[in-house]
Amino acid sequence: MNPATGPAPGTTAPVDHLTAVRRPAVRLLDVEHRYGDTLAADHVTLDIPAGCMVGFIGPDGVGKSTWLGLIAGARQIQRGKVEVLGGDMASAGHRRNVCPRIAYMPQGLGKNLYPTLSVFENVDFFGRLFGQSRAEREERIADLLASTGLAEFADRPANKLSGGMKQKLGLCCALIHDPDLLILDEPTTGVDPLSRRQFWELIDRIRGRRPGMSVLVATAYMEEAEQYDWLVAVDTGRVLATGSPAELRERTGTDTLENAFLALLPPERLGDHTPLTIPPLDAGEIVIEARDLQMRFGDFVAVDDINLQVRRGEIFGFLGSNGCGKSTTMKMLTGLLPPTRGEARLLGEVLDARNIDTRRRVGYMSQAFSLYGELSVRRNLQLHADLFNLPPAEAEARIAELAGRFDLAPVMDDIPEALPLGIRQRLQLAVAVLHRPDVLILDEPTSGVDPVARDHFWELIIDLSRKDGVTIFITTHFMNEAQRCDRISLMHAGRILASGAPDELAAQRGASSLEDAFVGYLAEASGVKLGSDGRSAEPSASDPRTHPTGGEGEAAAGASHSRPPRFSLARLLSFSMREAMELRRDPFRLTLALLGTVILMLVMGYGISTDVEDLSYAVLDLDRSTASESYTLNIAGSRYFEERPPLESHADIDRRMRSGELAMALEIPPNFGRDLARGARPEIGVWLDGAMPMRAEVARGYVMGVHAQTLTEAVAAATGSAPAALADIAVRYRYNPEMRSLIAMVPAVIPMLLVFIPSMLTALGVVREKELGSILNVYTTPVTKLEFLLGKQLPYIALSMLNCVLMFVLALVLFGVPFKGSLSTFFIGALLYVTATTGLGLLMSTLTDSQVAAIAGTSIGTLLPAIQFSGMLDPVSSLEGAGAVLGAIYPTTHFLDISRGTFAKALGFGDLGGAFIPLLLAIPVLTLASTLLLKKQAR
Amino acid sequence: MTTRNSTLHNTWHLGIKEFHSLLGDWTMLFLIVFMFTLSVYADARAKPESLHRASIAVVDEDQSQLSTRIIAALQPPQFIVPERIGLSDIDRSMDAGLHTFVLDIPPNFQRDVLAGRAPALQLNVDATRQSQAQTGTGYIQNIVNDEIRAFMQRHRSTAAQPVQLVERAMFNPNLDAGWFGAITAIINNITMLGILLTGAALIREREHGTIEHLLVMPVTPFEIMLSKVWSMGVVVLVASSLSLQFVAKGLLGVVVPGSALLFGMATLLYLFAAASIGIFMGTVARNMPQFGLMAILVLLPLQILSGALTPLESMPDVVRWLMSLTPTTHFVSLAQAILFRGAGIDVVWPAFAMVALIGSIFFALALHRLRNTIGKMQS
Repeated sequence: MNPATGPAPGTTAPVDHLTAVRRPAVRLLDVEHRYGDTLAADHVTLDIPAGCMVGFIGPDGVGKSTWLGLIAGARQIQRGKVEVLGGDMASAGHRRNVCPRIAYMPQGLGKNLYPTLSVFENVDFFGRLFGQSRAEREERIADLLASTGLAEFADRPANKLSGGMKQKLGLCCALIHDPDLLILDEPTTGVDPLSRRQFWELIDRIRGRRPGMSVLVATAYMEEAEQYDWLVAVDTGRVLATGSPAELRERTGTDTLENAFLALLPPERLGDHTPLTIPPLDAGEIVIEARDLQMRFGDFVAVDDINLQVRRGEIFGFLGSNGCGKSTTMKMLTGLLPPTRGEARLLGEVLDARNIDTRRRVGYMSQAFSLYGELSVRRNLQLHADLFNLPPAEAEARIAELAGRFDLAPVMDDIPEALPLGIRQRLQLAVAVLHRPDVLILDEPTSGVDPVARDHFWELIIDLSRKDGVTIFITTHFMNEAQRCDRISLMHAGRILASGAPDELAAQRGASSLEDAFVGYLAEASGVKLGSDGRSAEPSASDPRTHPTGGEGEAAAGASHSRPPRFSLARLLSFSMREAMELRRDPFRLTLALLGTVILMLVMGYGISTDVEDLSYAVLDLDRSTASESYTLNIAGSRYFEERPPLESHADIDRRMRSGELAMALEIPPNFGRDLARGARPEIGVWLDGAMPMRAEVARGYVMGVHAQTLTEAVAAATGSAPAALADIAVRYRYNPEMRSLIAMVPAVIPMLLVFIPSMLTALGVVREKELGSILNVYTTPVTKLEFLLGKQLPYIALSMLNCVLMFVLALVLFGVPFKGSLSTFFIGALLYVTATTGLGLLMSTLTDSQVAAIAGTSIGTLLPAIQFSGMLDPVSSLEGAGAVLGAIYPTTHFLDISRGTFAKALGFGDLGGAFIPLLLAIPVLTLASTLLLKKQAR
Repeated sequence: MTTRNSTLHNTWHLGIKEFHSLLGDWTMLFLIVFMFTLSVYADARAKPESLHRASIAVVDEDQSQLSTRIIAALQPPQFIVPERIGLSDIDRSMDAGLHTFVLDIPPNFQRDVLAGRAPALQLNVDATRQSQAQTGTGYIQNIVNDEIRAFMQRHRSTAAQPVQLVERAMFNPNLDAGWFGAITAIINNITMLGILLTGAALIREREHGTIEHLLVMPVTPFEIMLSKVWSMGVVVLVASSLSLQFVAKGLLGVVVPGSALLFGMATLLYLFAAASIGIFMGTVARNMPQFGLMAILVLLPLQILSGALTPLESMPDVVRWLMSLTPTTHFVSLAQAILFRGAGIDVVWPAFAMVALIGSIFFALALHRLRNTIGKMQS
């Protein structure tokens, strides 16, 4: 058997310091996992030993994260068998039982954290999920924060932490429940060397306390992997080799793990990888110069008195801890940010942010991909050529040249969104140099890029510097990259600590490597004490009393890892509390929730009015007799009409009706008075503006009424007695005798708004977690789907009831609508109704994958049924077909009955009981549907 | 190259880029097509005839030839076939909302009519269902009166009215609510997409980090903004013109007396204002969901209170005054004048001027805000 690919169970033996051989912590048996055509796991069979530190090494996108997700139970198994801690992860029962023993920290800085929650609140939330008591949580949190150095930042929101601190916080959250298996997916990517070192020391200390714990780590740093017990080398979804770092080096006959890995890769994957050589620098004049550069944001000094000079063709490395002001300095050097004080010069001229010409001399590549992901590679290049005003012929030649040089020719018509990170970074570089700038400013261009791709990238950079004389200003967290720079500056907390050639800096510090020198400088500047071996000293907080170790610890751990209950109110409420806290800190959603209701109530109360008053009209009186004047006076007297200056001619009618000035025109024919007297039945013409049919219909009704009344009065005046009517129709407008629009509309607006806003707010709830990544916590903690959904729903029900009260008060006080019925009926109905409408929002949220889709889906799912099919304007009984069915089951229909019944009809429970039953039925149906549709694992 | 030329050049190329971006965004494309086809069609068709299947019950205490005749005249499609209920059921039926109308024909009704005693019928109307209550009451009164008159004509002649009222509806002779629905839907969609597309285009740049890249290129915020305004304006203009031509005029048979060209010009002018509002909102919201929530709060008042759905004159003065500051109100009034009433530029020029004025103010405000915030939009 080939030793490089034979991970037979016996091969765990070489981890000889783990003499107490136990069952493997994790077994993968013929596991296959695909995303479309890409194989992330290609029939993987692998045993991972327990109780040691296991590293997964390999380039980006070969499947490492997928494997870890499968092991953590966060991802659904497609084919094969995954056994973790002695059970099958395909079984939901086993997952529920072992999840308290597993901790999973996903890739991405602070991805499973809640950004608006403070450091303490984040850890506390995880403690609650694992059912820890208040006292236990406080003790554990105090201990974890002290040992990670986060104690003094306990109140800081997670989104205000630097990358390194986020990772430490993530670790605290993972360790709160004493896991037996700790899974870390690239925990130190994008983290500065000092924080990285502190992070691993922390892991070491924790392992010291809990020797039985297994740790699985995916990493891109080969130097880090050197320290692990056992490694799995991964490529294209397959295991290349397993064994300790020493074994791998030995097997391949190489001196470093990085080279060992390159040797393990099949030749076709390697491409033309050759060791980098850097030709000597022939530095020219000063190109970039910073003089006493300072940047303040309010009271905070982000960058303080930076002085530096970079010569033509030089590769200048800018190194520093996370959040030390590197990016801000670079933005000042590109002219993106005007400095508070001091000046930045480019080729001797002071940079001016508004000067378009300086932008032509600088190429800038930001930390994140900042090109158009939806436009093809060619179009991105073309757009930049256009904007930099390259003549078409030259642009075409230049694009072709860059495509060749940056190896982009095969992907010219692809969409960057679909390309691997390494190729995207090459495209960004190609765009940055397209207009032949004198200076290239590159902000962490290789973060997250695998070693092979990184070397390719550096070849290009060296080429640009040495062949084209481009001055390069670059930041990086990789020390081997910093080593390639001509000169570097170390920055910390807004200041430059030291500058010089890499070897000089190491020598000055008396350190064996640049990394040690860097860590030394940073530790000194930030006041971290280092042990004699360069490691930070063990904090005194590690009191053995609070850290159960050994057999005692196993027993204690066993106790806390008892089978979690199937349903826990505490877990449910912990989600409610967290959701409420997040809502309180999100001004946008809160404004929508409270102010939105008020605004929309005013808008709808006044806007959906069917009252028609003050209709403008004018008269074309061709008779001008006493009879015609007395006729028109009657209309002028009506409160429904408002008279405008008289009309002159038929053309005048046309013109003024056309302009919209008149809603109605009356035409009294010549000889009206004479004809009337003769009984010749003259005709009065009425012209209505049909543009708004509703208004025209109402106007017609009014004018006919006034007409009839005028005639009756005229006859009465002439004969002295009222004419005999055949019958009298006594109309009783019940519940709203004056037919006031507000009395009809306001009780209908409340149900409308209690469906739109609560469902919209809740709809963002689940999908937001999907988008931000914190849904992972639902996958990997004991919380059940029902607890999660109900927990998220509760705060919105409370908020919606507050809204309901607010609208109720507005209706009474501002709109002056009387409330005649039973208060308790109204509010109990409202409670059931908002439970149903928030449930509807949750259902939308589980159905969609993005917040935008959730907003759109909820709008369509609520606006149309609520406005058209729930009886707001036309009663449900007037509907036919699908609309009638929807109207009958839609919750709004029934609460509308309750609202109108209690407001206008003075009704109570006895009369409205029938409306409660559909609401009571809707709630469990919606909750059940959401629970069934929500996945407890990612695909 | 001069600055002016380069501004035109950059605005042109950035605008073309917006088209390509939009072509790659299936959700937005679907939204545009849906809004200007199905949604317009549905809005036109969803507006029921003024009265449709109104639910009515009758208490027939008379059981005469006349009462039977009256009940038989209340028929679908305006009414459901009247349900006969007892006198004591009236309150219960109305309270439960089973019927909007209950007509009570008293005992000896026919006898009293014939005797010229002008007896009273009682019509109970559920006035919480206001629109149906209003139109339905008129219908029932007319039907009942007609039936009584026809019944009486066989017994004695009745006097004709001394003055005849002849009404004609201009611009929409049959008062077809579908016409109004279709045109209103197009007007409202212009507002909605004009704001959403430009705002979303800015937010997309922000979320994808491309705004940072634009800032290091030789383009100004003015060019960035103008490019989004013109490109998205063209999209909405083309979509709304096609919708007017093929969906409203073609499919729904709406008679549009006005000039499509004049309406197109008005739309373009208005889109300049709407897009500026979109840009302004895009500078306030940090991401697409926030933008979406904000859009609901801005769009609903603009659409409901601008006079597009209900007449402006029935709104309180404060609301009318506030709404006169928005470009939407003026656009709605000129769109209705052009499309429904065939008004020419001689009639609508004041509204044109107002849209242009308000649009310029919004554009200036949005540009000012964009200049101030664009630096902070970087990641």
